[in-house]
Amino acid sequence: MVDRSNLRLAILSILVFSLLATLVARLFYLQVVTGDEYRAAAANNTVREVVEPAVRGLILDQAGRPLVSNRTSIVVTVDRQVLKQEREGGAKVINRLAKILGVTPVSISERLLPCGTEGAPKPPICWNGSTYQSVPVARDVDPQTALTIMEKRSDFPGITAKLEAIREYSAPFGVNAAHILGYLGPVTENQLTEQEADATQRVAYDRFRKTDVVGRSGLENYYDDVLRGKPSVTTLEVDTSGQVTGTVDQKPAIAGSYLVSTIDAKLQSVVEGQLVAAVQRAQAQGYPGDSGAAVVVDVRNGQILAMASYPTYDPAIWIGGVTQKQYKALMKSDSLSSNATQGLFAPGSTYKVVSTAAAGKEGFSLYSDYSCPKNIKLGTQVFRNYESSAYGRIPLARALEVSCNTVFYGIADRMWDQAGGGDATRDSPDPIAEAAQMFGFGSRTGIDLPVESAGRIASRAFKVQNWEAKRDTWCENAVSGYPETRKTDPKLADYFTAIDKENCADGFRWREGDALNAAIGQGDTAVTPLQMAMAYAAIANGGKVYEPRLVKAVMGADGSVVEEMKPVVKSTVDVPKSTMTFLRNSLPGVTSNGSGETPFIGFPLDQIPIASKTGSAQVTGDKVSTSWFASYAPANKPKYAVVVMVTQGGTGSKTSGPSVRKIYEALFGVNGQSVNPARSVLVGGTPSKKLPVIRPDGTPVVPKGKDSGVVTAQSRDESRSRTE
Amino acid sequence: MPRFYSSTFNDTSMTAQPDRRGSFWRDLDWILLISAIAVTILGSILVWSASRADMASETDPQSYLKRHLINVVVALGLGYVASRLSYRWLHAFTPVLYGAALVLLLLPFVPFIGVTIAGARAWIDLPGGLTLQPSEFMKIAVILMMAVLLSERVDIASEPTTRDVVLSLIAAAVPVGVILLQNDTGTVLILGAIAISIVAVSGVKTRWLVGLIGGSAAVVLIAIQLGLLKEYQVERLTSFITPDADTAASAYNANQARIAIGGGGWSGTGLFEGPQTQGKFVPVNESDFIFTVSGEELGFIGSFIIIALLGIVLWRAALIAWRADDRYGRLVATGVLAWLAFQTFENIGMTLGIMPITGIPLPFVSAGGTSMMAVWIAVGLLQTVRLHGARTAI
Repeated sequence: MVDRSNLRLAILSILVFSLLATLVARLFYLQVVTGDEYRAAAANNTVREVVEPAVRGLILDQAGRPLVSNRTSIVVTVDRQVLKQEREGGAKVINRLAKILGVTPVSISERLLPCGTEGAPKPPICWNGSTYQSVPVARDVDPQTALTIMEKRSDFPGITAKLEAIREYSAPFGVNAAHILGYLGPVTENQLTEQEADATQRVAYDRFRKTDVVGRSGLENYYDDVLRGKPSVTTLEVDTSGQVTGTVDQKPAIAGSYLVSTIDAKLQSVVEGQLVAAVQRAQAQGYPGDSGAAVVVDVRNGQILAMASYPTYDPAIWIGGVTQKQYKALMKSDSLSSNATQGLFAPGSTYKVVSTAAAGKEGFSLYSDYSCPKNIKLGTQVFRNYESSAYGRIPLARALEVSCNTVFYGIADRMWDQAGGGDATRDSPDPIAEAAQMFGFGSRTGIDLPVESAGRIASRAFKVQNWEAKRDTWCENAVSGYPETRKTDPKLADYFTAIDKENCADGFRWREGDALNAAIGQGDTAVTPLQMAMAYAAIANGGKVYEPRLVKAVMGADGSVVEEMKPVVKSTVDVPKSTMTFLRNSLPGVTSNGSGETPFIGFPLDQIPIASKTGSAQVTGDKVSTSWFASYAPANKPKYAVVVMVTQGGTGSKTSGPSVRKIYEALFGVNGQSVNPARSVLVGGTPSKKLPVIRPDGTPVVPKGKDSGVVTAQSRDESRSRTE
Repeated sequence: MPRFYSSTFNDTSMTAQPDRRGSFWRDLDWILLISAIAVTILGSILVWSASRADMASETDPQSYLKRHLINVVVALGLGYVASRLSYRWLHAFTPVLYGAALVLLLLPFVPFIGVTIAGARAWIDLPGGLTLQPSEFMKIAVILMMAVLLSERVDIASEPTTRDVVLSLIAAAVPVGVILLQNDTGTVLILGAIAISIVAVSGVKTRWLVGLIGGSAAVVLIAIQLGLLKEYQVERLTSFITPDADTAASAYNANQARIAIGGGGWSGTGLFEGPQTQGKFVPVNESDFIFTVSGEELGFIGSFIIIALLGIVLWRAALIAWRADDRYGRLVATGVLAWLAFQTFENIGMTLGIMPITGIPLPFVSAGGTSMMAVWIAVGLLQTVRLHGARTAI
């Protein structure tokens, strides 16, 4: 009996521990082997978030005028889940909807296709959001149409019309400022994947969600996190059938902050108009005048008061997503990128201030006479003056006034010789390139915009880099001899082959001709108009190259000051003080008695002396020269630097100069010979030192009367409130 | 270490050792005690985590935990008392305890006293919002009663008589019948396992055992066939086989429990961080489904520790049964072993989807005062059996 009892106890014990082992094995299987599946199921099943984006902050100009604000609009959305259950995938419903909205059925159905699926158009037309979300297909629908849709429910299954807050470009004084303000678009896949990689962002409640609308360019993009605020998130607990069983968490929205721009809307409108005028002037001379830029900067702190780019586009087309047709047109017109900050152009003679600074630093006498023949010959190459003028021996200041190339060729030639000439190594001195760097060329200005070009400085270093990058291609071409070109034009093929042979062999060498070209802003040198403005501002303020700013403060929607941007000095022009003084004393002469004289005839230069430099930069190929006019004023007490540039626009003086004059007239309140600050486009005759006032309800206090600039927006609001 | 005990039976003496009092703390099974305390503490932490979400809106979110801790303290006290009982006392009072437990078990049928929770009318309403589940105490009473009846014969070598076996089976069958009427299927299964294990270890002839197991299986089958079991009971018993087939009520619990546990992975989401637990997705996760909290928040590692601690408790129970110096002690220990083992397997097994869902708590871990007290009394009884052996060993 004892044995039987022992045996059975042993069996029971073994059974007990087998059961425990079973539990451990099953646990291991569930948690470790198939755990991932369950984790996904858990994430799916527990909670649903209802996200209401916060009201996006406004962008104000320096006087408090809203440049970008919000308004409500009737939006028509399509629930694809419902539509799918209709016959033929709801084709009839879409046709009816297209008819009532006055668009083609295709323009609606192409928006319903999720990005990346077969036959779907490219973003931003395709749908980037989640499968369960209704897709907006039309905005600013008139209330009558909305009512029809909502009343005939059986005709429009899955279609909803509702009110939604959308961006509005108030356009005071009709400003465009598209490249400054930027636009909104659906959050990009990149942003979402980047966020996925960051564990803290992945769980943050104000993280990006697939349906979020974010700033995609301009200030909207650069200051996106500031403007966006934090969304209200209600976390609902749901059971497996999707039924809401309770509220887990509720976070209220925090309204986005306001940007106070350094831009003055009234001035911006003048500058935009004058840029178009300059382009038209070029075209009137029979030149293409295909693009241009204009920049007005406060030389005392680097704040951009106005900045325009031609061609531009209407930023409002982004509201609600562009159509494929609009998007194509936009890409074709080349108007999406800003010529002021992204465009790269040969600076031409405006660059001579850099060469002058280099000469001063290298110990060249600034007050001696230099020879200005009509050309200089280097072997077979001839380096000419503009229109082959010759002035004999003239002082350096005069050389700047009349923009004599050969004087600067001479200076550059001497520098090249001193550096070792043909025997120089890649580390030999390169004074003009060094001076250009000090003026901020060849590197990003640091403006508060998401993209800008760094540009490049023609220099020994650049040539070596360039040769290293292109050598292989050059050498291949030198061997193959351009067989394609040879079929049609053997002479041209010979020419190309000869050049590539030379480049392949010693394309790294900083030749005498390179040095000469560099001195007058030709050759490989390329700058943005903004860099040019910042460089002239540096001459004006005694050598400080500021980082340009488009925003001077961030303010809360309640009117509190969140952050005031301080001026940042990017670099200092480290040349003898006497050299800066020489430049500042010489440049007014360009306007009063030199290449910049013509456009300023009749301007009260005695009251407001203007320092300037013209440029007519040669472009490779048969293109017309780039017209530059760089300046600052008043020359004796500098406040503003103004740069206007038109590509294929002819001379700086004829095409860009008159626009610069008009901008100064607006800035200083010039009428004929009289100067009256009260007539300035800037309220009070100067950029506002104080920040705008924001009322408790979030509306900014704007200048009164004709200075408000909101006439058009106001009348638009009135007409809308009547119809609603 | 406690001193060595002979593994053979030794019923030569029931004479007391002179140092009986002084040896209590020394002779206690400390491994058993410490493992049981450790798993009780872990359980309390899990109860805390599980009750946080439910109690978040209460004035004192910790009130549930506090009540649980009071239960634990009372349970430890009862366990101590149980460990201090002598065989003589137990023998004398077992019929009284059994009778009292049976009366308690019938109380839920009395209007205004009985409470129905989760379909089972197995609770008694007490003042102060407390409830008592008498079937928990019934498990102890059945173990003690069967042990007494099957060890009537002092001679350990002789097997129990037919009369002893029949009487002991009646002692088990009466409460089983009552509990069946209360729809508490889980407790019926546990009592069945206890009864079969005790009868088996008592040394009855094999044909008795075969007949008992076969008879139980037949009764269950007939009950299902005749529709004696309610539909939901059958559903509960079968839904675990295909939990994904039907996400409606019957399989909802099973599904949510497995999502919670599966989501835990190796190391879990961390205490208080489990979305399923804190989102209140798993029902009654402070009592019957407490293991899902461990699975989700402590992961495989933490859950393994809980199973391991329970395993140690069971190992000590088996060892105490093995080393018991008489049949009575062995049968008591065997009853406790079977009880804790099958209840652990059934409870964890149902959260893992390998056992049907029944409303029984996880020993030492689940919230629920009656259960906590009962299992700690069981630990006390194991200590009594061990101490008896220690006193009588040479």
